[in-house]
Parts: sequence; C-alpha cells; structure tokens
Amino acid sequence: MIASTLALILSDLGYRVGLLDLDFCGPSTHAILGIDGVYPEEDKGIVPPQVHGIKFLTIVYYAGDNPSPLRGIDISNAMIELLAITRWGSLDFLIIDMPPGIGDATLDTVRLIKGVEFLVITTPPKVAMETVGKTLRILKEMGVPIIGVIENMKMAESSYVREQIRKIDVPFGGEIAFDRELEDSVGDAVRLLETDFAQNLKQIVLSTPAFKPQDGG
Amino acid sequence: MHEWVLAEGVISTALEVAEREGLSETTAIKIKMGELQQIDLEIFELALREIRQSQTPMVTNATAELEKEAAVLKYRVCEREWAFGDAPLADEERETIHFVPEIAHTYITCPGCKSPDFQFVKGRGVWIDSIVGR
Repeated sequence: MIASTLALILSDLGYRVGLLDLDFCGPSTHAILGIDGVYPEEDKGIVPPQVHGIKFLTIVYYAGDNPSPLRGIDISNAMIELLAITRWGSLDFLIIDMPPGIGDATLDTVRLIKGVEFLVITTPPKVAMETVGKTLRILKEMGVPIIGVIENMKMAESSYVREQIRKIDVPFGGEIAFDRELEDSVGDAVRLLETDFAQNLKQIVLSTPAFKPQDGG
Repeated sequence: MHEWVLAEGVISTALEVAEREGLSETTAIKIKMGELQQIDLEIFELALREIRQSQTPMVTNATAELEKEAAVLKYRVCEREWAFGDAPLADEERETIHFVPEIAHTYITCPGCKSPDFQFVKGRGVWIDSIVGR
C-alpha cells in the first residue's frame, strides 16, 4: 500500500515515476491502484504502460490472476529477466514494491540495482519490529542506504518503534495513523490520494530529503 | 521483439570478456539459447548483426553461431522429468513464458503429481558458450 501510494504522490508532485511490483508470489499493486486491461508494449524490449501518470510493471501482466509458486532461484531469474528487458526511459524515481523480509527479492535488489535506497515499513506490534529490526541490521551491515523507517497503521500513542529505530541507528521517517477509511479506496487511485493515509504519507515525503530527485534523472 | 535487448546483452557481455582477456579482435561467438526463451531466430540474428555493426571493431567482424537447447523440467515432488515441448500450453501462455520463463510455474503442472514445483534442468536462458579471438 505504501509503495503504490508513494508512487502516486510523487507522480502527483510532478516527478517521472515508475512502479515495479517485485512481490512475485503476492502481487497487489495492480489491485490497490485499480489497474486492469493494460499491457507492456514490445519495442526492442518491453515498455511499461503509463497508468495514473506512473510507468507500471507487474508480473500480473504475464501470470494473470493465477498463482506463481516460485522458489528462490526462480525469483532471482525472473527478476533478472524483467530488469534486463524493461525499458523504463528517464525516471526521477523507480519505486519498487518488495515482499516482506530479507529473502531473495531483497538480496537481489541490493545485488542487481545500482543506487537503490530502502524505505522500510513497520507496524506497531513488537513482533513486527522484531522482524523489521533484523532487516534493518542486515541492510546496515551490507552498507545499503536506508531512507528511513515508517511506522504504519499506528493506533495508540507509543514510543516503542521510535526507540528501537534509534537503537539500530537508522533514520525514523515518520508515522502514519491507522485509517479506517483506507480499505474503501482500494482499487480507486483518485480516492486513495484523498485519504488521510495518503495525506500523512505526503507530509513524510515532503519532509524527506531523499524524495527530491537528483539532477539528471 | 525483446530479442533485441537479449542480443544487446550478448554483445555487451562479449565485449566485456574480450576486454578482460586482452583480445584485440573477436572472430567467433557461440551462443546457446534455451527453448524456454522461445527466441525468434530471424529477429535475434538481425539484431545481433545490427548491434555488432554499431560496436567497436573488437566485435564487428565476429561470426555468431546459434544453438538451441531443448528445455527439460524436473518435478521436485515425484522426480519425474518432462520436456517443455510436450507441455499442453495455449499460444498466449507460451507467449508469456517467452517474456518471463519462470511464468512456466504458473501454467505447467506435472501430469503425474499435479505439482507446479519443478526445476529447469536445462533449456533456460541465453548465454555465451564460447568466444574465439586474437
């Protein structure tokens, strides 16, 4: 949800944005943004269609609504294939929706995509932070830039996540309150941008230096 | 038409290898193509020719030999091996596998155990088998 909405916000701010759904086993960005009936063009590779101002690529173009039961090596090879054949053109930002954790997609993103930076999302439960903490530590060990950590779906006042983030010594990006209306906006990009959730995220984007593109695209 | 981008990858890899090995000229490149990729040979050869001509003299005159490798799948559950060519696929399903071979897991299940959990034993990818130069 964060990746899709972030792409919409950046596009709405006038940036050239691509969105790549790398969650091959559970792709959801097309459903969140209500994207259906569009396909990449073939032109010396594949050119992602532009929807809601975003160049959008998902495995759903090829798998449809069917499940894609992929093991690690298959995920790596499918990633390499898609990265090799896709012609994104000039972008200010390529937002990549990742599966949770530090599995193949995360490790291959670090290995294969130069200049990648991570925006890590957690939720308030201590159990979630337990897993996210491990992801943050491994990213730090690998020297991967971390834009920050966002605490999403916050329902009560608590400083637990912020304190944990401080201990790991990575930037705290901000918090987003649980939005009861959000579910009703799934599938409708215009309505999604109007939610409190999106407005909350937009404030985080505007106050985060990493979301100002470098010269040259 | 993503044959073009695959041909670009082959030539750029050949250049890297030639530079690394200190070759001043590459005379022959042998390329193997897995059946899963379902490459259109005519387009791929045309792309190779055009891309080679636009590159440095290091690869301009190299001949390209292409060889297809049949794809074989092995199911992890029942250990049965299966030729990709025998899979009962619709044209549009074959087309999607052409772009992303791993999509085979979406459309192919074992005729025996019905599992989609298989590995590609051979016949996946496009790779350089050998480079000759001086």
